[in-house]
Amino acid sequence: MKNKISPFLPLRPGTQPDYLHPSYVSSILRSPRQPLIVVPQTLSELSGPVFGHNGFGEFDNDLTQQHAGAPLGERIIVSGRVLDENDRPVSRALVEVWQANAAGRYMHKKDQHAAPLDPNFSGAGRFLTDDSGYYRFVTIKPGAYPWKNHANAWRPAHIHFSLFGAGLLTRLVTQMYFPGDPLLPYDPIYNCLNDERAQQRMISSFDLENTVPDTALAYHYDIVLRGRDATPMEEQR
Amino acid sequence: MSFPATASQTVGPYFSIGLSYLNSVSVCAESAEGEHISISGQVLDGDGVPVPDAQLELWQADDKGRFAGFDPGESGATAEDFQGFARIPTDERGVFRFHTIRPGTVVTLEGTSQAPHIVVLLFMRGLLKHLVTRIYFANDPRNTGDPVLLTVPPERRQTLLAEPTAEQPEQYRWDIRLQGENETVFFAY
Repeated sequence: MKNKISPFLPLRPGTQPDYLHPSYVSSILRSPRQPLIVVPQTLSELSGPVFGHNGFGEFDNDLTQQHAGAPLGERIIVSGRVLDENDRPVSRALVEVWQANAAGRYMHKKDQHAAPLDPNFSGAGRFLTDDSGYYRFVTIKPGAYPWKNHANAWRPAHIHFSLFGAGLLTRLVTQMYFPGDPLLPYDPIYNCLNDERAQQRMISSFDLENTVPDTALAYHYDIVLRGRDATPMEEQR
Repeated sequence: MSFPATASQTVGPYFSIGLSYLNSVSVCAESAEGEHISISGQVLDGDGVPVPDAQLELWQADDKGRFAGFDPGESGATAEDFQGFARIPTDERGVFRFHTIRPGTVVTLEGTSQAPHIVVLLFMRGLLKHLVTRIYFANDPRNTGDPVLLTVPPERRQTLLAEPTAEQPEQYRWDIRLQGENETVFFAY
């Protein structure tokens, strides 16, 4: 039996990090030393899990409304589109987000940063993209926080994004950064590529159009997932 | 104007706050058709130290080689009680454990058969991009013709094989070693 499903395009060189990135100290003992083995794409990776709204809570797309009171910090709206490398929207993609609170502290037992927890902010959300690949959620702007990677190391403010597109090989976990953050040049995680433009695509842009007067500022962040060979779709027209 | 895929970034140390809602211990329901098995193992770093903050995501076919939500045509759709996906965290000893059924054979795009296998995506702090590997089953005669296993140097193939335990043959052991002797084979596509 032959399947008509299209394989994914090769990843473009330099646009994804290497596993060993010594300035990010945790990568030293946790990155493979043998080269990855390139294998053919099969149905096992071209398919992938499909998610619905099952398991979503009412406020999974509004991190400011998950508790009795409003969280401290600057309320923001984050929105954008999930596209593939052929510039086509990825609809019904599962997007999962998590982040620190406004003081730079995660609601996690291992986070010992001496900044206050916020009882009104858990810092986690999830939602699906719509038919145009569009997503939108409300949160507060996360704070920067110190970490032990090197002397006086601080992570720039960021929101973690996890995405499932159509097919296992589109799986992506990334981080969204904020424009003008003075910590970006010093962060080994952000600076994991030799391609400045690819890094800059992880920085959101200020989005005046989607601000809500008297309520919230807005940031725009588009995410691109690995694309399939576009030819079979073109032939169907 | 089209752009290349967004760069991957590490899940960091605190991913459980955003991802654990989807954690499970099973790839399918107890009622799913097929040979029910469990697989457990340990994730070890380059010093052989267990990784207590890793996450595995599993994706596999049902016992007839079909993927949930994906209609391959004549063989029909998977049953309701077979999801084929699970997200499994490691515990404080770096141990993971899950229940599933032994998958069937899956065709390649060229129409040849692959031996039963489970695709594993591995996430943790320290990995800027997740790793991809596969679990195969030791002593499965179909392994000898598997097009992916055949790509792997013979001396490294055993890192992909889950071994039945002596006490309980339906319980398998499969460890992940990130570096060093018997470093697990990871794939690029």
